[in-house]
Amino acid sequence: MQVLTENYQLYLNGIWTTLQICFYAGLLTLLVGTAVAGCRVSPLAPLRAFGTAWVTVFRNCPLVVVLFFMAFAIPTLGLNASYFVFGTIGLALYTSAFVCEAIRSGINSVSPGQAEAARSIGLGFTQTLRLVILPQAVRSIVPPLGSVMIAMIKNSAIAGAFGVGGDLYETGTRLSSAQGEAIVPVLLGVALGYLIITIPAGLLLGYVERKVAIAR
Amino acid sequence: MRKGKLTAAAVAASTTLLLGACGGGSSSGGFSAPVAEDPSFEQGTTMAHYAEQGEITIGTKKDQPLFGLQGLNGEMQGFDVAIGEIIAGQLGIPADKIVWQETPSKNREKYIQDGTVDMVVATYTINDKRAERVSFAGPYYEAGQDLMVRQDNDSITGAESLRDSDAKVCSAHGSTPSERIREYVDESRLVLFDSYSKCADALSNGQVQAVTTDDAILMGLVSEREEDQFKVVGNTFSEEPYGVGIPKGDADFCEFVNESLRTAAENGSYAEAWNTTAGQVSERTPELPELRSCS
Repeated sequence: MQVLTENYQLYLNGIWTTLQICFYAGLLTLLVGTAVAGCRVSPLAPLRAFGTAWVTVFRNCPLVVVLFFMAFAIPTLGLNASYFVFGTIGLALYTSAFVCEAIRSGINSVSPGQAEAARSIGLGFTQTLRLVILPQAVRSIVPPLGSVMIAMIKNSAIAGAFGVGGDLYETGTRLSSAQGEAIVPVLLGVALGYLIITIPAGLLLGYVERKVAIAR
Repeated sequence: MRKGKLTAAAVAASTTLLLGACGGGSSSGGFSAPVAEDPSFEQGTTMAHYAEQGEITIGTKKDQPLFGLQGLNGEMQGFDVAIGEIIAGQLGIPADKIVWQETPSKNREKYIQDGTVDMVVATYTINDKRAERVSFAGPYYEAGQDLMVRQDNDSITGAESLRDSDAKVCSAHGSTPSERIREYVDESRLVLFDSYSKCADALSNGQVQAVTTDDAILMGLVSEREEDQFKVVGNTFSEEPYGVGIPKGDADFCEFVNESLRTAAENGSYAEAWNTTAGQVSERTPELPELRSCS
């Protein structure tokens, strides 16, 4: 266990990098996921088709494949960015499919009467979605969305393996392999690091859930 | 009658299985190590145990061109494999009785400690930290950390030339080279993957300007690519003595491995092992490095 106290600075750096990946990926994935969910419930057939295709592709493709594509296929097209950017975008795109489905289930849980009422007072589709449906939908999607986000935090370890470097999991590899520390305590430290991120995230979710809860 | 047919079928099937199990024997690209006939060892030693067992499990890499590579036909090739065969040969174990266990870098200590393998010959650098968990015999080869760049790159001439450039450098997660290169480039210019072949892809995509690890591994990467795509800079900045990893504290076995290496250097099989493997892309033929004492 000495390895934890001796290398806490490395672990802290790892946690920080992981947090950065998750923050940017989380922000991006919420935006993209919401937009795609909007497409999936849109009255326009091409948008619905686009949304369905998006979800089908990213939900059924293993994350490693998506990240591989980002890191090795995109540069061959002449688009260059750092691996941090590629990794974060890849993680966000992959997660967006799950975010989209969570949001869509929330949208579907709002009674159709709400949408009809909104339309009858003259609101357009986007206005209906933004002002009437989504605020109500959000309340019921906090738990599933939270699970998706926590899964994303853990998946960030895979993004770390695609050149990002310095994230929590990679820190573990560095300690155990390059510096020859025994692997079990090192990995316990890594697990602890992820818990330090995910448990407060879970508590925060519980808090948000109670805050937005409505009696039906 | 019917029963007889079934038995015949069963015999045929099990024969096939046996044959299948015997297949996949190894030969390191034309190299064959001399096999000692009926070697005698003191009772109770590790050597006596393996010799009596007639089989040994050696951990090596299976994806390391020129050192430990498994071909599509299942044959093991490379310098590490040849060294493993030389040692096994001294125990009286022929090459086809060696069980090759794939041992990636991060599992090397663990596999030796939990007995998954009897020894590890896998581009395994001897260092103090590792020596706390396993013992090392050898070294059998002195590698050094170097840089691989594109053929047309003349600005990177060595690790020192990286300091004042903005070149990105790629290496493998958890490797010694990835630690040492941190002295020359800061974290933001260091790109880490789980394998060096990904680094080579990143180099050909122009995402990184150099790949760093032991020259031995870089030579393998150069040999895998089309002619003239990459080159090794040829300016090593570390000493990486490759040792044979064995269970901690087995001094007798360590002495035996050292003795086997010495014999191989004398009878020419060490040089032959090199020439039929890594020697194909390297101009120099290494001498057996000075062996360390076993204690």
